[in-house]
Amino acid sequence: MAVSGLVMLGYLLVHMYGNLKFFQGRETFDSYLHDTLPHMFYPYLPEGGMLWIIRVLLLAAVVVHAYAAVTLWRRNRAAAGYVGGTRYHSKHNRTGIQRSYASFTMRWGGVVLLLFIIGHVAQMMPNWLSPGGASDSKYERTVNGFEIWWVVLLYTIGLLAVGFHLWHGFWSALTTLGQNYSPTRRDSTWTRIAIGISVLLTAGFLSVPFAIFFFGAGS
Amino acid sequence: MNITVRVWRQKNADDKGKMVTYGLEDVSEHMSFLEMLDVLNEQLTLSDDDPIAFDHDCREGICGACGVVINGIAHGPEVTTTCQLHMRSFEDGAVIDIEPWRAGAFPVVKDLVVDRSAFDRVIQAGGYISAPTGSAPDAHAVPVPKDDADHAFDAATCIGCGACVAACPNGSAMLFTAAKITHLGLLPQGQPERESRVIGMIEQHDHEGFGGCTNIGECTSACPKGIPLDTISQLNRDLLGALAHGKS
Amino acid sequence: MTSNVSEQFHATGADIHDTRAPSGPIERRWDDHKFNTLLVNPANRRKLSVIVVGTGLAGASAAATLGEAGYKVKSFCYQDSPRRAHSIAAQGGINAAKNYRNDGDSIYRLFYDTVKGGDFRARESNVYRLAQVSVNIIDQCVAQGVPFAREYGGLLDNRSFGGVQVSRTFYARGQTGQQLLIGAYQALERQIAAGTVEMNTRHEMLELIMVDDKARGVIVRDMVSGEIQTHTADAVVLATGGYGNVFFLSTNAMGCNVTATWRAHRKGAYFANPCYTQIHPTCIPVSGDYQSKLTLMSESLRNDGRIWVPKVGGDDRLPSDIPEDERDYYLERIYPAFGNLVPRDIASRAAKYQCDDGRGVGPGGLGVYLDFADAISRLGRAEVEAKYGNLFDMYAQITGENPYEQPMRIYPAVHYTMGGLWVDYDLQSNLTGLFVAGEANFSEHGANRLGASALMQGLADGYFVLPYTLANYLADGPYEKVDDDHPEVVAARQAVEDRIAKFLAINGNRTVDSFHKELGQIMWDYCGMERTEEGLTKAIGLIRDLKDEFWSNVKVAGVNEELNQTLERAGRVADFFELGELMCIDALNRRESCGGHFRAESQTEDGEALRNDDDFAYVSAWEFGDEPTLHKEPLDYEYVEMKSRSYK
Ligand SMILES: Cc1cc2nc3c(=O)[nH]c(=O)nc-3n(C[C@H](O)[C@H](O)[C@H](O)COP(=O)(O)OP(=O)(O)OC[C@H]3O[C@@H](n4cnc5c(N)ncnc54)[C@H](O)[C@@H]3O)c2cc1C
Ligand code: HEM
Ligand code: HEM
Ligand code: SF4
Ligand code: F3S
Ligand code: FES
Repeated sequence: MAVSGLVMLGYLLVHMYGNLKFFQGRETFDSYLHDTLPHMFYPYLPEGGMLWIIRVLLLAAVVVHAYAAVTLWRRNRAAAGYVGGTRYHSKHNRTGIQRSYASFTMRWGGVVLLLFIIGHVAQMMPNWLSPGGASDSKYERTVNGFEIWWVVLLYTIGLLAVGFHLWHGFWSALTTLGQNYSPTRRDSTWTRIAIGISVLLTAGFLSVPFAIFFFGAGS
Repeated sequence: MNITVRVWRQKNADDKGKMVTYGLEDVSEHMSFLEMLDVLNEQLTLSDDDPIAFDHDCREGICGACGVVINGIAHGPEVTTTCQLHMRSFEDGAVIDIEPWRAGAFPVVKDLVVDRSAFDRVIQAGGYISAPTGSAPDAHAVPVPKDDADHAFDAATCIGCGACVAACPNGSAMLFTAAKITHLGLLPQGQPERESRVIGMIEQHDHEGFGGCTNIGECTSACPKGIPLDTISQLNRDLLGALAHGKS
Repeated sequence: MTSNVSEQFHATGADIHDTRAPSGPIERRWDDHKFNTLLVNPANRRKLSVIVVGTGLAGASAAATLGEAGYKVKSFCYQDSPRRAHSIAAQGGINAAKNYRNDGDSIYRLFYDTVKGGDFRARESNVYRLAQVSVNIIDQCVAQGVPFAREYGGLLDNRSFGGVQVSRTFYARGQTGQQLLIGAYQALERQIAAGTVEMNTRHEMLELIMVDDKARGVIVRDMVSGEIQTHTADAVVLATGGYGNVFFLSTNAMGCNVTATWRAHRKGAYFANPCYTQIHPTCIPVSGDYQSKLTLMSESLRNDGRIWVPKVGGDDRLPSDIPEDERDYYLERIYPAFGNLVPRDIASRAAKYQCDDGRGVGPGGLGVYLDFADAISRLGRAEVEAKYGNLFDMYAQITGENPYEQPMRIYPAVHYTMGGLWVDYDLQSNLTGLFVAGEANFSEHGANRLGASALMQGLADGYFVLPYTLANYLADGPYEKVDDDHPEVVAARQAVEDRIAKFLAINGNRTVDSFHKELGQIMWDYCGMERTEEGLTKAIGLIRDLKDEFWSNVKVAGVNEELNQTLERAGRVADFFELGELMCIDALNRRESCGGHFRAESQTEDGEALRNDDDFAYVSAWEFGDEPTLHKEPLDYEYVEMKSRSYK
């Protein structure tokens, strides 16, 4: 779980870096996506080789991650000893003593993420579903897409999901890997870094669609 | 002060159980929480009602027998055991919800009493140092750095009450298990069995039906002995180490 | 010797002598005895079974060690886990003659201090053995991973405890008992996993099974299902702790009881020195009639705290507002030499007198001040906090008062019972095959136990004494199998079932606790810190009446076939009535003051306890009957010269 999560996190960081090239204009963005990426390690790897490796890796990660998530989900629900739908009948302190909001959103947030990714990949990769009009230029496609309010809305939701998921997920992964040395969750450095990363990613990613939608960038 | 309590009543393991409301008048703020229940039980007995069953023994916060979920929080509003909680922590006229620990591995026996024998079985799976009686070398044969001894002691103060499990949204007993792993793992005497210990205890932990830890951190906040959360990371390190050495 | 009023309540039988106590030079006795005990071939041990009731330090260590040795062990406790036995509550520490401090301690000195501390009412041979094995206990516990306090050098730390001049007490912060018990518990769980010990939690022993004059098993009640079960074995060990709860309010856990040992007593086991009760001076006073137990605060507080009461009673000013010259630091006044550090019994009694004279403070005037104002101004708050922080917090937690600003209120409370089932040098009672360990036996502490010596005794009995002496007995086994339909077994079962049925049938209109509280009050008033002929005689009458009312008017709700905590308590209280009566008779008979037993008639003109070695240098072993029969075990001292103590 932790490892697959971190792999995906790693990808996201690179991915965001890529996306930010959007602001350097169509040429850079497209050439990055159409030439740089596909020719990574060329000629050692065939054209697009590296990409495919990444894709396979990512796909594996998502599958492993989702599988682990579902099993864990099942197991923990049984372990919590619910009686008639609820665990504790008291209406007080439903949010526990120190739980982060994010820690409540891991499961459904994850599901949202899954849907988002499917939709997103379908939009970005080939010329399949392309709200706002297809184009061979991914720059074009991106712009077209993000000029539509509901596309931006969906992305915003997706990215908030990412943010929350990592807010808890990043700290959690490191602790699972034995790296927490602080007596409580709240005052752990990892918790702070996790929040940092989440904000960075969400903001970084969102900058593109917002720039396009609100400031008409790229059109 | 006058208070109202809503208590989980359940005749036995098979009964469905429900919350029942009782009123109590002129409760002293100096009463301990369990003494409040004693008084209520005296009332119930005299009115031909069945007294509320709850576990308790030392009433000093050390045996780990007591423990109920009060207003949704294991052991109630103060960071202490239920027996060391006093009525002064509540307002006059308060309505107090009292429920048993909830966990798949802690089936309810009656009312507020649950079966925590799973903890003993987790200890059986490796929570000890094999030191046959009479075989011990002189106590000073192996000096132990004060820091290690002190940290081992901190982890060893776990009273096995189960509040960590009751507080954990996943019903995980990771803090309880980690406390023992840390206690024994920090001492030189605990080294030989360190890897088999963590593997054995985790296997038993999962086998008992405790949940997986997703690092929520509620356990530590509910723990009356303040067992620190990094014991769980310590456990994970030991576990990864053991697996790396091909143990399983 | 003039005839004794107590004789209207009991008969007197033949003297007893511990037939197994070895002779010869005291330091060789245990080794010689071990050498002479029979051994059991490891191959045969699996065929030999032992029942161990109790999982405290004594029971857990015994069960673990016997299981490890290969015997078939069945262990019982009334809690939901063996780890919760009352030993867990011990705070201060455990003694051992390691002399790591190089301060002149030795096995002989520990032996000497214990005999003297016990006011010359303990057996020399047993005490010497205790001091000898104390050394191995610490080694064993360290090997198990007990995290004793250590110094920066990594070696074990010691403190001095209970008015002795050497530092021989090993400790683990304020939780020594917990850490020792967890060690024994883990050793026990290890054997359970190995299949040598079968653990039965939430099982309460309600009867002893005697077959052909041998202890062969127990009748227990499964406290969850109510099932009455029969368990038989080749030998039975009782390690069921102390009976301080006869006073209702004590520092003991709520479940501590005399039932196991009392049932054995009714089956013929002698009950020795029941009246020896230790009362601890520094406990948190009662705050109201709902009070369910009393909490001990470590004696170490008396090192820096000053004890006082207002000179005139009923002074309801804030203590800090009461000027120096209107305070009476009575211990410092009466005992200039030892001041606030006089032994437990003296400090306790002095507090009682102050309160009896109406100078007590706090609710009901049952308390005296323990003041740290001077200590704080002398050492500074920081240092006081470092030394006593956890105790101050505990006090604040329970009382809601801040001891840094106002003095604490303290009052004595029943803490430990030196009496128990009579045992010989092998820890075997007068009933063949019935062994008794820990606080449950009448132990090595004589009339008064030194601080940090009970943990030592419990572990000594379980780890290092029983495994030898029990093996010696088992060597003649296995004994003829006893089946569940043996007349004795059937009778025992029947007795238990009838008794339970009786409790449930009475359906009167008083709760079990109300009876227990009233009994406790009687015991506290007449058989507590100070005992008189008149008071004790009166108490016996009161107890008998109350007992009769109990059996006709108690209300026990629910049924047997469920978890029924009222039924459990009813059984325990019923036995406390009978014990309480015997305690008073024993106290009445012992017309001397020694250790935990103070007879007002027997004191020096300045109020010091006055021992009477000519008439009472014996163990009182009581045989059960319509009227109990007293058997005396004479005590003679070859090594320690009998002296009377003075703390002036
Ligand atoms: C608050 C406090 C502090 C103390 N501090 C110290 C100290 O600092 N140093 C020191 O040396 N001593 C101390 N003592 C004394 C010491 O703790 C006890 O004397 C000692 O632990 C007794 O151990 P035990 O094994 O004999 O009995 P316990 O530990 O009391 O165990 C009794 C066992 O018997 C079982 N049992 C009882 N009745 C039945 C029954 N009918 N059926 C089935 N099972 C039964 C119980 O379940 C339990 O497992 C202290 C005592 C108290 C109360
Ligand atoms: C495919 C859809 C996803 C689902 C269904 C999902 C679900 C989950 C769930 C249920 C957990 C368990 C933690 C908990 O319950 O608190 C989890 C943890 C985690 N997830 Fe996801 N997630 C998904 C996608 C992602 C993505 C895209 C990333 C990275 C960008 C990610 C990173 C993490 C991390 C780092 C953890 C912590 C692992 C641990 O606790 O050891 N997840 N996820
Ligand atoms: C507004 C934010 C985002 C933009 C503008 C964006 C843009 C893109 C673009 C242009 C591509 C095609 C790249 C290529 O062809 O190699 C792509 C691919 C992809 N994106 Fe995003 N993306 C965003 C957010 C996300 C998020 C939040 C995730 C995951 C949670 C994600 C996961 C992916 C994946 C898995 C691919 C396929 C990569 C491949 O297989 O090559 N994207 N994205
Ligand atoms: S870790 Fe804390 S909460 Fe959990 S059992 Fe131990 S003491 Fe209780
Ligand atoms: S609350 Fe539960 S999830 Fe882990 S950190 Fe504590 S066990
Ligand atoms: S009753 Fe022992 S810890 Fe609460």
